[in-house]
Amino acid sequence: MSDNYTLYNQTVMDHFLNPRNLGDLKDADGVGEVGAAACGDIMKISLKIEDGKIKDARFKTFGCGSAIASSSMATELIKGRSIEEAMSFSNQEVVSALGGLPPVKIHCSVLAEEALKAALEDYLKKHPEMAARVQPKAEAPPA
Amino acid sequence: MRQVYLDHQSATPLLPEALDAMRPFLTEAFGNPSSLHQLGLRAREAMHHARVQIAALLNAESPEDIFFTSDGQESANLAVKGVAYANQRKGHHIVCSETEHPAVLNSIEFLEKQGFTCTKVKVDRQGFVNPDEVRAVITDQTILVAVHHVNHDIGAIEPVKAIGRIAAERGVPFYVDAEASAGWLPIDVQAFGANLLSFSPHKLYGPKGVGVLYRNKKARLVSILHGGVQEGGRRAGIENVPAIVGAGVAAELALRDMPQRIAHTARLQRKLWEQLQARVPYLQLNGPEPGPHRISTNLNISTEFIEGEGQLLRCDVHGIAVASGSSCVSKSLKISHVLAAIGLNHALAQGNLIMSLGKDNTDEDIDYVVETFAEKVVAPLRAMSPMWDEFERGLIDSAIHPRGQGKSFAAHAATISGKH
Repeated sequence: MSDNYTLYNQTVMDHFLNPRNLGDLKDADGVGEVGAAACGDIMKISLKIEDGKIKDARFKTFGCGSAIASSSMATELIKGRSIEEAMSFSNQEVVSALGGLPPVKIHCSVLAEEALKAALEDYLKKHPEMAARVQPKAEAPPA
Repeated sequence: MRQVYLDHQSATPLLPEALDAMRPFLTEAFGNPSSLHQLGLRAREAMHHARVQIAALLNAESPEDIFFTSDGQESANLAVKGVAYANQRKGHHIVCSETEHPAVLNSIEFLEKQGFTCTKVKVDRQGFVNPDEVRAVITDQTILVAVHHVNHDIGAIEPVKAIGRIAAERGVPFYVDAEASAGWLPIDVQAFGANLLSFSPHKLYGPKGVGVLYRNKKARLVSILHGGVQEGGRRAGIENVPAIVGAGVAAELALRDMPQRIAHTARLQRKLWEQLQARVPYLQLNGPEPGPHRISTNLNISTEFIEGEGQLLRCDVHGIAVASGSSCVSKSLKISHVLAAIGLNHALAQGNLIMSLGKDNTDEDIDYVVETFAEKVVAPLRAMSPMWDEFERGLIDSAIHPRGQGKSFAAHAATISGKH
């Protein structure tokens, strides 16, 4: 008999029990908070952006083990990326980096992607010059 | 690390006495109870003895009214479908409470697809069925009333005697699911007016793989599993003789030790709830207060601003086994239908945890659980929760102890919820 059985794999459990980048950023450049209508989880991601790059990221999550692990991993992956790169961030990256999630929990990784994109949108709303550069086709932000 | 098992409503450890009694029937006394030789007759006699032991636990008129299945859920299927099919010429209407176990609700749903109809009686905010509402919805077409003795999620003890009287007045068979109460509360099928009653011995220190259905002759019942003439023709398939023998021993000891088991778990239940309240702010009990209207084994709590699966996982890491009715624990991503039925808001249902006590839990267990839950479970999860932070900053309000500051969690969630 094994001494230890886990509902999730060891990487997911590690990020759940020892989350990276937990908290808020003072003077964040972009903050995104999203909720999952399906299960009720809520995720908040704060970004520090300098010279078009994500310098730092923090998260807070109201949700299950995989939701906490997904937001922890998403903030790890996104640090150092350019805004353009971050705009095409996909939940699949989170799933792969976590070594897989149970099928019923994939939506947690989608929520992490949405929280990140909401934070980027918040930043771009405040920085129309950057928005024009990274998403020329997007609707013009309100003047 | 201390190991504390607080999930007795899911399964209990097998009694050594039950295991000892079972052992010969796993080895040398292997006969098929339908066989007519010595080995078969020995198995049959052992099963009869178990029926006598279980009939005593339920105060059944006759051991012949005890039927064995594979599990309490199978017993529920047999009770609901077996009575419905046996009485379909009389009518097609079934009455049940909305907080029944899925074994009952989904059996009825299956029957509804075949033309049966069902009225689900609502429960109040503590989970109680009002017998008058049962009376009001019974019609000339009603062929079954099904109300559980105790709710498995929130521990509410239903007024089964009053409901049994009403069903008897109308001549309708009354089925009681006693899954959460058998062995933990006195059961008297005659006083309940129950024509059918089911439970699983593995909830009272018996083995898994056996279910019990009591049925008296006033309720017609047809088999839903077809084949040989086992269990009086009510269930085809060889009986699980070792498990049945263990179930009999577990029932006998449950009856013998019931006063001590109830007193012990009731004391620990009060202690656990009082200490949790003292250590963890913004905590709510779901279901009735500990006392005469709540089973002594069950504590169902909601901790505000954090989610239940995370609580369960963190408890498990610290050696504490619990359950949760959170949507995140459910394979369907839905909150427990019981918590929805008592009107719990979604966020509180999501922060749900179910702790169920047993005879071997100790005072030290409770001290460890309270300390661990406060320090190692709630504190870190609240530190991770954006809702706790927003509550502390006055942006959202508590549903448990409103401060009149900030909007409700639900209103906040609605403004940020996306398509998922």
